[in-house]
Amino acid sequence: MKAVVDVKKCTICGVCEGVCPFAAITVGESSVEISDECTLCGMCVDTCEFGAISLPEIGTGPGADLAEYNGIWVFAEWRAGAVHRVSHELLGAARRLADKKAVELSAILLGHQLDKGLATDLIMHGADIVYLVDHPQLGQFTNEAYADVLVDLIRRKRPEILLAGATSIGRSFIPRVAASLKTGLTADCTELDISEEGLLLQTRPAFGGNVMATIVCPHGRPQMATVRPKVMKPLKLSEHQGRVESVEITEGIFRNRVQVLEIIPEQDQTAKLTEADIIISGGRGLGRPENFAILEELARLMKGAVGASRGAVEEGWIAPSHQVGQTGRTVAPTLYMAVGLSGAIQHVVGMQGSKIIVAVNKDPHAPIFDVATYGVVADLFEFMPAFIRKVKQERE
Amino acid sequence: MNYFLTEEQQMIQELAAQVAREKIKPVRAQLDEQEEFPWEIMKILAQADLFGLYIPEAYGGMGGGIFENCLAIEQIAQVCIGVATTFAASGLGAYPILLYGSEEQKQRYLPEIASGKRLAAFGLTESGAGSDVAGIKTTAVRDGDHYVLNGTKQWITNGGEAEIYSVLALTDRSKGPRGASFFIVEKGDPGFSFGKKEKKLGIRASATRELVFQDCRLPKERLIGREGVGFINAMKTFDKSRPGIAALGVGLCQGALDIAVEYARKREQFGKPIITFQAIQHKLANMAIKTEASRALLYSVARHMDTDPPDSSKLAAMVKVFSGDAAMDVATDAVQVLGGYGYMQDYPVEKMMRDAKILQIYEGTNEIQRNIIGQELNKEYSRLKETFF
Amino acid sequence: MHIAVCIKQVPDTKNVRIDPDTHTLVRQGVESIINPFDLFAVEGALKIKDESGARVTVMTMGPPQAEEALREVLSRGVDEAVLLSDRAFAGSDTWATSMTLSAAIRKLGDVDLIFCGKQAIDGDTAQVGPELATLLDIPYATFVKKIEKLDDQNLKVTRQTDDGVEVWKLPTPALITVIKEMGEPRLPSLRHKMRAKKAQIPVWGIADLGLDANDVGLCGSFTQVVRVFSPPRRSDQILITGSIEEQVEQLFSYLKEAKVPGV
Repeated sequence: MKAVVDVKKCTICGVCEGVCPFAAITVGESSVEISDECTLCGMCVDTCEFGAISLPEIGTGPGADLAEYNGIWVFAEWRAGAVHRVSHELLGAARRLADKKAVELSAILLGHQLDKGLATDLIMHGADIVYLVDHPQLGQFTNEAYADVLVDLIRRKRPEILLAGATSIGRSFIPRVAASLKTGLTADCTELDISEEGLLLQTRPAFGGNVMATIVCPHGRPQMATVRPKVMKPLKLSEHQGRVESVEITEGIFRNRVQVLEIIPEQDQTAKLTEADIIISGGRGLGRPENFAILEELARLMKGAVGASRGAVEEGWIAPSHQVGQTGRTVAPTLYMAVGLSGAIQHVVGMQGSKIIVAVNKDPHAPIFDVATYGVVADLFEFMPAFIRKVKQERE
Repeated sequence: MNYFLTEEQQMIQELAAQVAREKIKPVRAQLDEQEEFPWEIMKILAQADLFGLYIPEAYGGMGGGIFENCLAIEQIAQVCIGVATTFAASGLGAYPILLYGSEEQKQRYLPEIASGKRLAAFGLTESGAGSDVAGIKTTAVRDGDHYVLNGTKQWITNGGEAEIYSVLALTDRSKGPRGASFFIVEKGDPGFSFGKKEKKLGIRASATRELVFQDCRLPKERLIGREGVGFINAMKTFDKSRPGIAALGVGLCQGALDIAVEYARKREQFGKPIITFQAIQHKLANMAIKTEASRALLYSVARHMDTDPPDSSKLAAMVKVFSGDAAMDVATDAVQVLGGYGYMQDYPVEKMMRDAKILQIYEGTNEIQRNIIGQELNKEYSRLKETFF
Repeated sequence: MHIAVCIKQVPDTKNVRIDPDTHTLVRQGVESIINPFDLFAVEGALKIKDESGARVTVMTMGPPQAEEALREVLSRGVDEAVLLSDRAFAGSDTWATSMTLSAAIRKLGDVDLIFCGKQAIDGDTAQVGPELATLLDIPYATFVKKIEKLDDQNLKVTRQTDDGVEVWKLPTPALITVIKEMGEPRLPSLRHKMRAKKAQIPVWGIADLGLDANDVGLCGSFTQVVRVFSPPRRSDQILITGSIEEQVEQLFSYLKEAKVPGV
């Protein structure tokens, strides 16, 4: 399957060759060849002023009548008895999309012994409807129970778009929802928009964040996306009105195959990397494990978490759960402070989505300075204690 | 240079190089500083099937020869000869069993050595018997179905860490050079203990200890071969193991050369990389020549020795001398090329220089090696009919 | 027990970028590696093999050169390998990939446990594992760091979540996606390297898997990429200089201005 060149219209101007992001077009003396590298992205189609390139029809979808699917749904994540803030971020983003498409925005809340106040909170963040699904077997998250209930709901109500947070919960069960419904899913989006044709434009980082891609799901319904936490802005709409609907679960929905035996919450707040707004991260430059205490002090002061480079983890200075990077965790906090950390690319791909990056390193050539918002070339053993003093001072 | 290695030989090189690069390089400085025995790395080498390269398949080995073993040793040595010595010394300890042991002994000990499950060591040197091997005083007295060993071995590589020891002891002092025999001693045998760990100039990751025999009772089945052939067997064992020592030297040469060239290309003085200066170029050239010459000699000798020639003492000695001296020169020159930085522990070359010295000393000092070569030349030429002038 | 491991050959993503002048994806000089998370998966499977003598099969969907990746994995001790390769598979999204893999798992027949890496470092979706389990209608657990036998029918898996750790009971057949803590990948061994070199690796195409052109590849995908671009460069990069005290003051005031919580 690849783009097709109409030889009658093609003038062999060569412009298409230059815009193809996959180098799939070769313009020769007398013809234009499109190779199998073509991914049907359509850049050449848009660029060709002679209209000489076209895309073949994408394969058959699930045979669904697309017009039957309406409305935008947001999966509101219920964790430890409360609605996780990613749900507010999702509603904020979804509200704009719903307004653009002039459709209803619904929040789906799955859990047990759900407080009605939670639904009100969702409405005040933008939901027009809140579907409450309260059941003992939803008291503890399992991918099967949550996915199968949501799939059932979707089949009954047919939303056009479904959004969820790319949290450990979202990334666990939403793919099951998509596969069960035979539709497309885009993970970890950082931008959402509506195209001229009304399709959801899902933009996300790929190749570790070195490249951004915009994706659509033309035929599958609902169009599904998980959204990176801490990127979208919540809206506070205290005047907003909405309604709450309790939903009964269809008989026999629960497969009861997996069972949660034990939950061990992380006691050390500094280990909760993906939840933190502030991460103070250390690398080999710290020199010895005891020096992580400096970072821990600042992290505790700022109510943040402590991260580490692979180098520091491999030295055994800190547990692997603190590792940020390609084979560790990907984080996007408001502030990421990289201390004594050179910034090798495998580390950077795990944190380059952070809003503000501060680098503290005595080597001015450390690659971390290439991605830092604020770079401080200094001896961390002098700078950090002084910075901590300043933070404490300003508190008084 | 293309040495026409077979596919399997290339695999050995690649695998050993991978272990060296990924597992040894990151810890070599620490092992050296802490004088830490590289147990983790030995386990990794064992898991990689590199321990039994020279042991026949019938005993759990890979069925290769000295050449294959040298290929592996060379790659490990490129990164750290402390670790490589630990690895190679197990081979030295295994050789008497492999060459002269009974079928039962081979079945009992070689598979465990081949799988890296138990390390081996070679116990010959004593305080009064270094180059003068015949000066050993450790005795092994027959007592019914046992031998009782008394004496102390000095400076034994892998001493205290290995579990299987090939030990040379006097079974009949009156017979002089025909009075020594090899025994297999195991860690845990009654009356067998170890002295303190020695503190050394280099190869500090390698453990060096005394072996202490105080009425150590061994079942008679522990005798390797016959009584009285110990010295000859020891000499022949060295012939087999000396190329391995040469491989240590070749590896170290390459490791030092690599660092020196990279440094010379990066370091700028007087506005230019120092590699553009003749003084540095000539040094690097000499280092490179010695490295390649050692390698070429080693590969030729190792291949030759795997054809089981009747006479290999001269060649084994030559390759050990040449590569040991080359390694010392190349490592010292590497420090010089790196200048002040070469002297600092931040760079690996000072360790290489400290490490290289032992190559001129152990497994027969280079002076002894030259004696051997001279004597062999005399013997060789005495058998020739042709005259040259 | 028969364990299947799914791996993917990916570009070494640290070198993938958009050429700033031509706006094309630069592929030159980007070598292929085995997705690191898949190596943790291989290690996890091999650990079970060490302990209980399971049989391990590795599979990958990719172009013909993905065979190198399979041999690399065989050289670490995996028993068998199979390559899923066909022009028709090109351009697959996670759904089409999962379709193809599920057909292969069914063809293998007696698979008790499937190991997948958490995510591929090129796509970064973490979707294939769960989608594959769904298509095979088997239970699954994600972000697993430890796996033990609970009893003859069940496994006990320990998984990492945003808030801590959870222990689940998972009946077999099942699928797990794994993270780094599953195990440090072992090095190849000489015996396995030699076996891997000689191994015959079957190649299964669309017909072998009983699939239709509409099920797989670009045609079988629900999502398509419409645009690829460079992420916006960070504007306003500031190097803070001066004495330690000055640097501290400066940084503090910038962070305060930016309303960073905690400052």
